[in-house]
Amino acid sequence: MTPDIAVAQGEWTLPDRGKVGVACLIATEFALFTIFLVAYVFYLGKSLSGPNPGQVLELPLWPTFCLLSSSLTVGIAERALKRSRRRGFIVWTGVTILLGLEFLRQTALEWRHLISDWHLTITTNLFGTTFYSLVGLHASHVVLGLTLLTFTFALGLRGSMDGQGRRFELLAWYWHFVDAVWVAVFTIVYVVGR
Amino acid sequence: MATIGYIGEQLKEPEAPPVPSRLHDWLVTVDHKRLGIMYIATALFFFAVAGVLAALMRIQLAFPNGTFLPPQVFNRLFTMHGTTMVFLVGMPFFAGLANYLVPLMIGARDMAFPRLNAFGYWMFLFGGILLYFSYIAGEGLAGHGTAPDVGWFAYAPLTERAFSRGTSTDYWILSIIVSGIGSTSSAINVIATIVSMRCKGMTLALMPLFVWLMLVVSAMVVMVLPPLTAAQIMLLLDRYLGAHFFDTQAGGSAVLWQHFFWLFGHPEVYVLMLPGFACASEIIPVFSRKPIFGRAAMIGATIAIGILAVGVWAHHMFAVGMAPVSNIFFAAATMLVGVPTGIKIFNWVGTMYGGKLRFDTPMLFCVAFLFQFLIAGLTGVMMAAAPLDWQLTDSYFVVAHFHYVLLGGLLFTLFGAVYYWFPKATGRMLNETLGKWHFWLLVIGFHITFDTLHFAGILGMPRRIYTYAAGRGWEGLNLVASIGVIFQAAGVACLIWNIIHSVRKGALAGDDPWDAWTLEWATTSPPPEYNFVVLPEVRSSRPLWDLKHPEDPDWKYE
Amino acid sequence: MNLSRQVACLWCLSIAAASAEPVHPVGNIFDPQATPAESVYHLSILVISVCAAIFFVVAGLLTFTIVRFRRKTDDHDEPAQVYGSSRIEIAWTVIPILIVLVLTMATARVVSAIQGRRAEANALQVTVIGHQWWWEIRYGDLGIITANELHVPVSSAAKPAPTFLRLESADVAHSFWVPQLSGKTDLIPNHPNNMWIDPRQEGTFLGNCAEYCGMQHANMLLRVIVQSPAEFGKWVAAQKLNAALDSRADEGRETFLALSCISCHTVSGTSAAGTFGPDLSHMMSRETLGSGAIPNTPANLRAWVRDPQAIKPGNLMPNMQLNALELDEVVAYLSSLK
Repeated sequence: MTPDIAVAQGEWTLPDRGKVGVACLIATEFALFTIFLVAYVFYLGKSLSGPNPGQVLELPLWPTFCLLSSSLTVGIAERALKRSRRRGFIVWTGVTILLGLEFLRQTALEWRHLISDWHLTITTNLFGTTFYSLVGLHASHVVLGLTLLTFTFALGLRGSMDGQGRRFELLAWYWHFVDAVWVAVFTIVYVVGR
Repeated sequence: MATIGYIGEQLKEPEAPPVPSRLHDWLVTVDHKRLGIMYIATALFFFAVAGVLAALMRIQLAFPNGTFLPPQVFNRLFTMHGTTMVFLVGMPFFAGLANYLVPLMIGARDMAFPRLNAFGYWMFLFGGILLYFSYIAGEGLAGHGTAPDVGWFAYAPLTERAFSRGTSTDYWILSIIVSGIGSTSSAINVIATIVSMRCKGMTLALMPLFVWLMLVVSAMVVMVLPPLTAAQIMLLLDRYLGAHFFDTQAGGSAVLWQHFFWLFGHPEVYVLMLPGFACASEIIPVFSRKPIFGRAAMIGATIAIGILAVGVWAHHMFAVGMAPVSNIFFAAATMLVGVPTGIKIFNWVGTMYGGKLRFDTPMLFCVAFLFQFLIAGLTGVMMAAAPLDWQLTDSYFVVAHFHYVLLGGLLFTLFGAVYYWFPKATGRMLNETLGKWHFWLLVIGFHITFDTLHFAGILGMPRRIYTYAAGRGWEGLNLVASIGVIFQAAGVACLIWNIIHSVRKGALAGDDPWDAWTLEWATTSPPPEYNFVVLPEVRSSRPLWDLKHPEDPDWKYE
Repeated sequence: MNLSRQVACLWCLSIAAASAEPVHPVGNIFDPQATPAESVYHLSILVISVCAAIFFVVAGLLTFTIVRFRRKTDDHDEPAQVYGSSRIEIAWTVIPILIVLVLTMATARVVSAIQGRRAEANALQVTVIGHQWWWEIRYGDLGIITANELHVPVSSAAKPAPTFLRLESADVAHSFWVPQLSGKTDLIPNHPNNMWIDPRQEGTFLGNCAEYCGMQHANMLLRVIVQSPAEFGKWVAAQKLNAALDSRADEGRETFLALSCISCHTVSGTSAAGTFGPDLSHMMSRETLGSGAIPNTPANLRAWVRDPQAIKPGNLMPNMQLNALELDEVVAYLSSLK
């Protein structure tokens, strides 16, 4: 029985497995955030006491600007890497990290204000519970993204990121997702829910 | 039997390396075949453990006013039995079968992410160990050494700090989060493998049904595990940081937990069952000597199940007091998801019809599966009618129903799969006589126990009770149900003995002992680490049929 | 007649009446004794018939296939390779969808009928509050608070007398299930529910809590005692009275009121006003102790008060560590609370 099989070169192209994998990861994280958003919306107006969103929340325009810009800058860094412009990659990755850090700093300031001035904590009422868990979950994803970006920044300094445009693109996808979640949080928590 | 020659045939058996070195190889392996075997072996181990837990419960319930077990022990037993069977038996069986077979069936050398594969296995194992560690280290209402006792779906606010003191509930939460990370990793890996690593010519339309089903299962896992994880994170925040997600005293909603849990929980039962369908869809055609009847319809029905399954969750909540329109919607949706499921049953029967049926052990299990899953589906339709569910939910009727699905349906197909693919994985056949003993003992025991328990529910026996008074009409039924356990245990013992014995001494299998048609049978048994000497190229969904029947290949008709 | 003898007479009569009435211990859902259970029963006939028909067709076909198409021993030829049939696929898609439509409509009708019924103006309304592991039962309009036994008047087509229940919970989720009267409805904290029953037969119907609620879920039993309008009236009148002041139990009452029993229990007309545990004002009118755990007999009462944990381990009444004298006195007092 002769095998009628052969490996042929050429036209059989399938999607890149890294992209499929990260797309699935993003899908699962999307589902996770959706549930926390649903909980937030469900409990709007149901707190038995304590400060409510309208009283204590201010539109976080500057942090939002930082985070959304960082999507732009990470895209520029990605393109630079794919065009083998190491310096550009390092610079723009660094800018992305700084913008992300500023976002986190602003979140921390906001939380300090809420806790010390308004005495709003996760245990205060349903608003506190759902607000801190949702924004906290998002912030933890920002931290994770920043950690990975810092890794790639350090690797970039050493020259180890050369030719890794495909891999960095996957990290950029994750970063874009984190930003998209922030758009949803911003809209639901700070715009609609206030 | 058709065998495909390969290059580099070994001339002599090399000396086996020393045991510690062999163990180390298994510990650090990223080979999908080894990990698949590890998943399945571990799942079988947890199955035996959970089976013992069930046997203990049935001893307690065999007689009214039982004193064999105190209440707290019984309550831990049903919690651990359910949690183990779902997360430590069902999920790893999916992962094990998918990881072992998908690369072989699509003509690839390994999974897309071999190290992620290993990571997933070890997370699953550690999650399982963490759950059982609670027996030693957990604290509960009755002191130290308590496993969780909140039921496998852990309704709030029973799980809140006020009502579940100590750490036993936290073991439930954390172990499932950990093993859930493993399941999600497997699912992502399976999707990436199927999308990105099929051999030349294997379009999505030509993939074996097994692979299609694993693709849909994996997509479901990716989307529906997060609601459970989210709810568990919220519960942890409630228990440890004073949050109020499910704290009814602070305005929180106990029903919200149920919505989140069942949003996961219902698709989960399809996640558990679909791999069983996958096995049946491979075994039934081979032992009927015909291709699957209605391939496209089977694929369509699978996708329909995957989508519809996410829209029926609140049929677990009919008694919660939802609005009539919600109850009616979920009743309709639940009945509707029975349609594609029924279509599958019809197509399997259609495959057998007009065939030349061989009743080796894998096929015996699949035939019993068809009868039993039919009944399971129909009792499900009964409970989809919400008012009928108001009587039957939370009673032994629903217990009988889901054991019909998961034992009579899933486990039977998984056992069939073990007999079917054991030769491929080990190179040796399982003993047919022992296989038939396993089958018949299991069938008899299963029906003695679970047919009977339907009636206990009809006569008003609620679930999760550690004992009951005489005179309620439940004594005889419970005694009979408990007797059935003896037969089931004997059947499973046959399987375990069969495996232990046949691994060393079973008859040699060869590449293709069943005269089958998918790519895993186109390489040696067991396959070499690289799976195929030369990656195959296919033109139809049954590449080996085409090779064995060049005058009548499938690709002329598909 | 002085007050205590009046009460004693009433008590004797009601016990005599109760013992003459049948107990329905077997909660067969196919033996409905009230309209909600009966509506479910009729729906179930339809659904089960349809399911049975489907079963016989499919299982019959499967059995036929197994027998008819078994491979003959020496036959190694492959059968005709049939790939499918669009027409058959359409048929066995459309027919099930039609069946689903029919069943959905039947379901919708029963759901609306049962859930849609609102309490009539002077209907009997009772609030049932679930506790770990007993039932608090309050007849708001009648000013009665009792536990574990729900007394309702019998209903008939000629003289309907439905009882409307409002279901709440003080702690975790429970479920009210008396199969012969109605399907179950959950008692969930912060989520009040409503149900109704109109039992057509006098007697005692047994039920269980049907949502796992912790260690003693198995012993959170329920009794619905259906009485004729006259008997129900008598029961109401007796329950409305303050707790008996039997002079023979004076010492017992003093002891009881001095112990911490009163921090959990209420006895009407005394200083005992605790609400954590069941109201004991007329506890001797109840058939069981511990919400169905044991029958209410003198020996059992003594055993319960001595050590409730030995009878219903994990329940929220601790062992009060009474000495022998206190035990005698408290039991004597409780025995007088008819």
